[in-house]
Amino acid sequence: MVQQIVFALITVVIGVAAAVAYFWGANWVLDKATAAEGFEGAEAVRRDRLRNRIRPWVFLFPALFFLTVYLVYPVFATLWLSFFGPFGREFVGGANWVWAVGNGNFQQSVINNLLWLIIVPAASTAFGLLVAVLADRLWWGQIAKSLVFMPMAISFVGASVIWKFVYDYRGPGAPQIGLLNAVVEGLGLDAQAWITIPFWNSILLMVILIWIQTGFAMVILSAALRGIPEETLEAARIDGANDVRIFFDIMIPQIFPTILVVWTTITIVVLKVFDIVLAMTNGQWDTQVLANYMYDQMFRANNFGHGSTIALVIMIAVLPIMIWNIRQANKEQGTR
Amino acid sequence: MATATTGVDVETAAAEPTRQPAGINVGRLAAHLGLLLLVLIWTLPTFGLLVSSVRDKDQLAISGWWTALTTSERSSAAVLGTAEDQVEEDGHFVIRGNVFAADETDQTVLRFGTSINNPDEAPAGATLEMRLGGEITLFENGQYEWVSDTPFEHSRARLFYTSGIPPRFTFENYQEVVRGEGIGRAFVNSFTVTIPSTIIPIMIAAFAAYALAWMSFPGRSLLVAAMVGLLVVPLQMSLIPLLRMYNDLANSGVGQAVGFESKTYLGIWMAHTGFGLPLAIYLLRNYMAGLPREIMESARMDGASHFNTFTTMVLPLSFPALASFAIFQFLWVWNDLLVAIVFLGQSEGQLVLTGALRKLLGSRGDNWEILTSSAFISIIVPLIVFFSLQRYFVRGLLAGSVKGG
Repeated sequence: MVQQIVFALITVVIGVAAAVAYFWGANWVLDKATAAEGFEGAEAVRRDRLRNRIRPWVFLFPALFFLTVYLVYPVFATLWLSFFGPFGREFVGGANWVWAVGNGNFQQSVINNLLWLIIVPAASTAFGLLVAVLADRLWWGQIAKSLVFMPMAISFVGASVIWKFVYDYRGPGAPQIGLLNAVVEGLGLDAQAWITIPFWNSILLMVILIWIQTGFAMVILSAALRGIPEETLEAARIDGANDVRIFFDIMIPQIFPTILVVWTTITIVVLKVFDIVLAMTNGQWDTQVLANYMYDQMFRANNFGHGSTIALVIMIAVLPIMIWNIRQANKEQGTR
Repeated sequence: MATATTGVDVETAAAEPTRQPAGINVGRLAAHLGLLLLVLIWTLPTFGLLVSSVRDKDQLAISGWWTALTTSERSSAAVLGTAEDQVEEDGHFVIRGNVFAADETDQTVLRFGTSINNPDEAPAGATLEMRLGGEITLFENGQYEWVSDTPFEHSRARLFYTSGIPPRFTFENYQEVVRGEGIGRAFVNSFTVTIPSTIIPIMIAAFAAYALAWMSFPGRSLLVAAMVGLLVVPLQMSLIPLLRMYNDLANSGVGQAVGFESKTYLGIWMAHTGFGLPLAIYLLRNYMAGLPREIMESARMDGASHFNTFTTMVLPLSFPALASFAIFQFLWVWNDLLVAIVFLGQSEGQLVLTGALRKLLGSRGDNWEILTSSAFISIIVPLIVFFSLQRYFVRGLLAGSVKGG
């Protein structure tokens, strides 16, 4: 164990030293190799230009190397593998896609993912907005925001334990130690094994992600709300608009672009949701989602073809948002 | 009493219609209550976990954590002393003893009875007649005194009582999971994964971000756009090819010669570096691009090279952005489960906290004392980082809100 910690620390030192050595060294070599001193006229200019053209790539090379190996190449390899069999050897054409479309678990995952996609971003954004609006008007708002924000720091697995405890069921007649069943019994109803009841169990898993993501939505939206010019709000008040009208007719339209950003960001998180389902139900009782089913196919069924195909489905779902993001970023670049 | 009166006064004062229009007061009250309700929903689950993790595990299993501070009652039967235990004092025969076992001394007797049908016959301290003869007195502390004028002859006698068990808080659960369930080791493993995975990408990203922000070269805007695109590529796309690559590398001649295995810390450090770079570059580039142009130009005037401008001016100025990314990456790597279970093994030496927690959810699903304390150990580090550095975290969120987690 001590050996392991020392190993990790040495890696940090070696990693940082290697990076320093590379950047400093490569930069030095470039300066020496293309030095313009001792050259006249056109040759000196050519060398200056060459140096300026190479240097950005010296700075970029390590990053591009990691990005290519760990993100770009795998995207194409996964696309390639989706046309091959379980071990990635024999070409099967569209057979994996045919399998996916006809597979009950896959269909279930798609339906559940759609439910997640509708409910989680909507609920997180709505709650985030609600907390942001309320907290900005109250003296203890900052503390409230901090507390609502806290789940952002908790891992999906940790959150799953926290909520599994809330949903815990102890059998009929036994004292319930789960908060949800205690409340249910307090209302005079019967305690239930919530996690095993289809449809509602999916909703309860979504609650966990909503609980985590609301803080994110709140922080971004709260900043956007503070960006609304005070004169605009003042003018509305003078015109006799009440708080509710100000909220719906002034605030929401003003921060709508931010709401879109929050919505799409949470959408991407939802598409990749895996840990919560794995830890809570592992896809049992009709709670399967794409990311968990992909893991299932990849590591339990050991079928790379099926796994790659499901990964591609997730990628295809992300694609519209990716394109939208790139266009937004390009637009911002243009205005700078 | 005085405080209660003041409380009422404050409330009536707040509701006084002459100070503010009544409508706003109702609205404000609703806002207070609404926000309070939301905050409670957002904090109670975590609070329940924390409370449960320090409760006695027997109490935890039979009562909700919200009852943790109340005394619970339990009905029990005690086996009394037999004829052999009697002593003769002043012409009486006496049996003395205590109904509580050595580890139950924190309990108190509330009521007791001589028959199983009526265990709540009399309060503690009272004296009851025994069917076997004589009279018995049971005190609150569990001491009993059974006195008779004739010698005892029985070989077996029982007394029924209801005792109050005070709330008991303990760190035993933590000791158990740290030693017995491998959480201590997993904690070290998590740090082993997280520290290099956080530090290594920073330098690589900083140089790339500077090039993308302040150097002009063909293809720059294309690269920036690609970086924005890579931000949202699902990890799922990377797993299978990378796993195959690691396996092939381990099985190749070179890999075997240097003893490379498919599941190593080095492998996961590199993977996390790759996965973290798009956000790092995106955040840092945006920040660096926002630095004043005059600084760069005056540095160029003074003849500073790009390398010197970057290391002596841009890097120190970018500290807030570097800190934001470091916090992001730390939390993301620490909380990650997927990358860890794909690129690391399940052995004790490689299992990280999230993986260990998931394993416990499967194997010890009903042992909430194990789960709650393990979960708390796994969330305490990110919580400390989060609360102490929230400022940088929020700043990073605002700057990089297209990243999908």
